[in-house]
Amino acid sequence: MTPDLIYGLTGIAVFGIGLVGALCVQERLRRVLALKLCSVGAGFVLVVGAWREPPEMPDPVPHALVITGIVVMVSATAVALALIRRLQTLEATDER
Amino acid sequence: MTDPLVIFDLLLALSIVALAVASLSVRDLFAMIVLFIVFGLLSALAWVRLSAPDVALAEAAIGTGVTGALLLKTLHHLRFVAGGQGLRAGSGGTSMAPAAPVPVPVPVGVILANAAFCGLITLGLAVAFLGAPSAGPGFDALVADAMPDSGVAHPVTGVLLNFRAYDTLMEVVVLLAAVVAVWQIERGLSDAPAPVMGEVWQGFARLALPAIVVIGTYLLWVGAEAPGGAFQGGAVLAAVGLLLLLTRAYVPRPAHRGIARGAFVLGTAAFALVALLVASGGRVAFEYPLEHAKTLILLIEGMVTLSIAVTLAALFHGREPVALPKGGRDDT
Repeated sequence: MTPDLIYGLTGIAVFGIGLVGALCVQERLRRVLALKLCSVGAGFVLVVGAWREPPEMPDPVPHALVITGIVVMVSATAVALALIRRLQTLEATDER
Repeated sequence: MTDPLVIFDLLLALSIVALAVASLSVRDLFAMIVLFIVFGLLSALAWVRLSAPDVALAEAAIGTGVTGALLLKTLHHLRFVAGGQGLRAGSGGTSMAPAAPVPVPVPVGVILANAAFCGLITLGLAVAFLGAPSAGPGFDALVADAMPDSGVAHPVTGVLLNFRAYDTLMEVVVLLAAVVAVWQIERGLSDAPAPVMGEVWQGFARLALPAIVVIGTYLLWVGAEAPGGAFQGGAVLAAVGLLLLLTRAYVPRPAHRGIARGAFVLGTAAFALVALLVASGGRVAFEYPLEHAKTLILLIEGMVTLSIAVTLAALFHGREPVALPKGGRDDT
């Protein structure tokens, strides 16, 4: 039982949970959150791929990729949330 | 063989998975967001265990902190819109009654088929992960060989700002595109009042702001030698913007739009300019001359940090500051 095995399986489990949430949940906010869970799961697998047995340094390239992914994901989340806010306001004015 | 840390790893992994399930299944949306924030912080802890402190910092600051703030802000807006209408159906007791005209219920069979499909994919991924060769050749040897040419001492910063600088440039462009999109989407929409913190928090902000500024700048500076860097520092500085917005110490005005736009573009422009300048000297773009490499990298990082901080704060604020009349909507 090494950390890479434990956290690799954790990452895949989190990705699966996020996938189920993104496809099976109807609330919009929850769907966005499920996609974010997917991205964290993918980050786990990449970081595990960079891990080496402790005396060695981990591979920095996947780390840089995951940092890039985190920033891109926050941008995508912000746009999705803005769309949700706009949609909700439009629906509220339609029903009036 | 019985490393006590293995027990810690197992417990941490279990709580991460449990929090992921809980945040998707809990009824209350506020509780969902809080559980997600705890989930993100624990994932950051797990990444520290995998000796990836840079990623952990980025996840804690951007992936959890800023994303959590964005989610809470959206929830505030949704509750305001739903509460202001007075025609909530109140079906199921969800806090955000979907105001859609016809909320079509999805058949249970479809949901089950979807879930089974997702389970299959996850199972396949797990099999692929377990069957993968344990330690394939990575880029670590290549990066370690090239580090003396990068101008910085920390490998992750070297990769982000030197070896794979195009990725990072495009990442800054994505952030810029996001803020442009958000301003366009929310144009003419200024109904929900901005959330405000109470009086106690005002005192907290006064105490915390200088500390946050110091921490953010330190993270930026230390990125050359140790975990840290532009994105982590920028996110911490964005917290300053959030606190200023939340305590009403700073209220965005239409006249500030020009400054804000300048700050959004600053990082991308500085990054691209340095690349062009380097390229004009008969080199490949981003092939910094060694004697100036650290200066150039720090210059880019400083500008990018400012840009990231302002952009993230603007993404939190949402709509562009416009001099709208009170309650002025598109079509009322």
